[in-house]
Amino acid sequence: MVTGTAPVELERPDVEDVVRPDVPWVTIVWNDPINLMSYVTYVFQTYFGYPRKKAEKLMMDVHVRGKAVVSTGTREEMERDVEAMHSYGLWATLQKSDSA
Amino acid sequence: MTTGFADRHGVVAATFAAEEIHILRGLIGELIELIRDEAAPTSEPPEDTLAALVGHLGPSEPPDDAVLARLFPSAYTDDDEAAAEFRRFTEHGLRDGKVKNAETVLETLGDPRFSDRVTVSLKPDEVEAWLRTLTDLRLALGTRLGVEQDDEERWEKLPENDRRRQVYGVYIWLGWLQESLVNAISRPK
Repeated sequence: MVTGTAPVELERPDVEDVVRPDVPWVTIVWNDPINLMSYVTYVFQTYFGYPRKKAEKLMMDVHVRGKAVVSTGTREEMERDVEAMHSYGLWATLQKSDSA
Repeated sequence: MTTGFADRHGVVAATFAAEEIHILRGLIGELIELIRDEAAPTSEPPEDTLAALVGHLGPSEPPDDAVLARLFPSAYTDDDEAAAEFRRFTEHGLRDGKVKNAETVLETLGDPRFSDRVTVSLKPDEVEAWLRTLTDLRLALGTRLGVEQDDEERWEKLPENDRRRQVYGVYIWLGWLQESLVNAISRPK
């Protein structure tokens, strides 16, 4: 995961743009009525290294739409991400991107 | 009453009343007990099984307890076999991690026997343990209560002496405490 400086972060594409055929799995975080919005944003920033704005947008997607794709990659990578989300207390699942 | 966590000259700290330390210690103790209890293997695997060779694998079924089911949710919604496999290889580690975080928080709490006020100062890895443990405590209380989105009024309408209202008060307090901790580490230095 990239946790670099601002110029690097600006080059990160939006999640919507990174669904590539060679990395066909996604991690989904689901809304729950308990976790704090500020904490969920913190987790997205801390674990994925997303800039604050992107982390906030993903958090709002989870909150308003009920779920959001927060990362894309191989199945093994997504299992790692889901395990990490569970360690933070977020409700996360993985699936093939075409069924997301 | 504590005023929550704040960045005090570069150190994240909060001062708690003895009563608050007692509440936190009690809740964390119960959390550890809950997570540990069901993690204990029901029996030793027979010597000739794979499990005996590689050590205990975790369970493949979701926990029966609602709180544990929320702390260790299924990783797949549409594939029971994959969900069971994931659980076998991750749940033990996740349980250990949550217990270790909770124990770290207990170590930082100090002892209210020696003072009616305790100041807790946190190093960065301790901040992380606190954030995760406060989350687990809120998930536990919120799940037991049956908290839903935007249902604050429901709890405020309960009679003052209703046990659930008191638990809800603690749940809200933990959220407020967590918010103060997130803010304390988010502000630009």
